Amino acid sequence: MDFLQSIDWMQLLRCFVVGGLICIIGQILIDKTKLTSARILVIFVTTGVILGALGIYQYVIDFAGCGATVPLLGFGANLAKGAITEAQNSGLLGAFIGGVKASAGGIAAAVFFGYLASLIAKPKIKKQ
Amino acid sequence: MTKIGLQTIKLDSAPYILETSSIVGPKEAEGPLAKYFDQCLEDEFWGEKTWEKAESKIIKENVSALVAKSGIASTDIDYCFAGDLLNQCISSSFGLRETNIPFFGIFGACSTFAEGMCLGSTFVDSHAARNVICATSSHFCSAEKQFRFPLELGNQRPQSAQWTVTGSGAVILSNSNLGKPCPRITYVTPGKIVDMGVKDANNMGAAMAPAALDTLVTHFKDTGRKPSYYDAIITGDLGYVGKEILTELAETKGYNIKNNYDDCGVLIFDKEMQDTHSGGSGCGCIATVFSGYFYQMLKEKKINKLLLIATGALMNSTSSQQGESIPGIAHAVAIENLDN
Repeated sequence: MDFLQSIDWMQLLRCFVVGGLICIIGQILIDKTKLTSARILVIFVTTGVILGALGIYQYVIDFAGCGATVPLLGFGANLAKGAITEAQNSGLLGAFIGGVKASAGGIAAAVFFGYLASLIAKPKIKKQ
Repeated sequence: MTKIGLQTIKLDSAPYILETSSIVGPKEAEGPLAKYFDQCLEDEFWGEKTWEKAESKIIKENVSALVAKSGIASTDIDYCFAGDLLNQCISSSFGLRETNIPFFGIFGACSTFAEGMCLGSTFVDSHAARNVICATSSHFCSAEKQFRFPLELGNQRPQSAQWTVTGSGAVILSNSNLGKPCPRITYVTPGKIVDMGVKDANNMGAAMAPAALDTLVTHFKDTGRKPSYYDAIITGDLGYVGKEILTELAETKGYNIKNNYDDCGVLIFDKEMQDTHSGGSGCGCIATVFSGYFYQMLKEKKINKLLLIATGALMNSTSSQQGESIPGIAHAVAIENLDN
């Protein structure tokens, strides 16, 4: 019960709406442009880096929490944040180390769980 | 055998289409033509580990079934013309490596089936062969990997994209009908490469329609025939988008094909029920629809004069990535019941 009472329902709603809006942008890009999914991915990450570096994306994260950090924009912002922090601590080289360091957990988890999934899953034909 | 006009070959002996055979995948088996196919598979892997192996198995089993149905020994088959969509045509060459039939691997993208029939029928007509097999195959899952994105990526398909048919169609062309009435090939019109600068690999119909038009018009000019001569003019596989474009283009050239024209990519799936977007495509599309449905119609004499035009998009994934346009090609084969 304590757990349920501690949930901030408005926070969940903000997270859901902002995360959904980011995905809508992606869906519009798929439907209305000829961009391949790989290019859309790169656009999202780079946009995240720029918004993160300018400090704008932090406001979105403060507002929507995981709704902003889980999508690719959040990954980009995290790269920028890590690069800036590390550059401040250890100079120019830190700008190259910091981004990956900050997102190392996510990258390693993606490789690890991706590998696990490939062991137990089999590709299937699309339904449409 | 005489060349007439610009591109057409008149086959004096009119080789017989002695027998056909077709195998299709589960999605095609849910389509409106299901009952005309010889065999419908229940899953895309057909017990194999990979889609490529499954495709090889499909063409292998289809050719064996064809030979068994025809009643002639495989040693009496002189040559085999086969192709598919995978790099270096591995479905055909791996699938048919144990047949012991002299083999020509051919590539004309989705036009391969008619390309094979053009070559096969001229072989028979010139007495270079008594019996030849023409076969093609395609597989949705291996073709997506080859030309678009691997299925594991989970990409969404745009509305103009066509659905590669999983299946194989094969025919035996022969200088003898073994005493039974068979449709015959009277003319073939091999097509030219036509490139109108379309670059979208998800819109093959638009890329191939001008090539189909070129071959269609050339065929009529060379033979002196009109569209109304044929009971059916069938392309494969322009899909919904390309079918509409070809109908309009033909009209601007003064040929009205509205009444007797259809496309195999349109026929093989139910657009509303199966959500295949712009229709079917692939080497296996026209091959299975002809070997299954149209051969049956010819045998039952519901259709007596058929013009079969297979269209192909001659690109690969590298040419698309490098921003090249898609050259199209179309080969026409005139198939007629002559004994009535």
